[in-house]
Amino acid sequence: MSIEVRVPTILRKHTGGEKKVDGEGQTLRELVDDLELSNPGLGGALVDEDGRLHRFINIYVNDEDVRFLGGIETPLEDGDSVSILPAVAGG
Amino acid sequence: MTRAQLQGRLDLDRDTYEAMVAHARSDFPYEVCGLLAGTDGQVRKHYVIPNAARSMTFYQMDAKALLGAMNDMDDHDWDLMAIYHSHTHTEAFPSPTDVELAFYPEAVYLIVSLQDADAPALRGFDIVDSKVTERILYVGGEEAPVGKR
Repeated sequence: MSIEVRVPTILRKHTGGEKKVDGEGQTLRELVDDLELSNPGLGGALVDEDGRLHRFINIYVNDEDVRFLGGIETPLEDGDSVSILPAVAGG
Repeated sequence: MTRAQLQGRLDLDRDTYEAMVAHARSDFPYEVCGLLAGTDGQVRKHYVIPNAARSMTFYQMDAKALLGAMNDMDDHDWDLMAIYHSHTHTEAFPSPTDVELAFYPEAVYLIVSLQDADAPALRGFDIVDSKVTERILYVGGEEAPVGKR
């Protein structure tokens, strides 16, 4: 199983500079854990202390915001494309 | 006027500047936000992105519109040149929240201030690892209006 993950500039320090990495998982939660194993720091950046998706990181599966799918339990299939975009926010 | 160490410059064309100011005015008193895509120092496209928070003191780009813009940039091989938002009642300087939530070190953070309704101010900053430095901004070749000194 292979899922392509697009990584924003600010998180490429965890991927050796790579902007795309591959991962595995039946759900987004499993993918996050898998990414943390292969790119230490990457998975951890996506979740908060309670293990929930970070409020200021947007994650999309096939261009759909996972907040409207299953959140961290969003099911994934082989060949899915996941994009990570930090929120653009401020005050 | 709050100052930051000056480092580098940014040149913008007048049309882009006026479009950002017009956008800021269009939803006053709520903060607005948008992106500039560019290559070789030229703005290629200006994206108006909805502020999902619709607040006078906070902005958060609508996630779907943000992805659409970033994908469009990728499709055209443009870079993310700048992220801009408006301050409707305060100066054009990054707030603590702006610094805390600056997750795009590759972009210039532009702030339009409507603190003086008749004289909008525009300033631009690099925010990297929570450190703020300021670009000298030029609009159409002239120094940008930076607000009261």
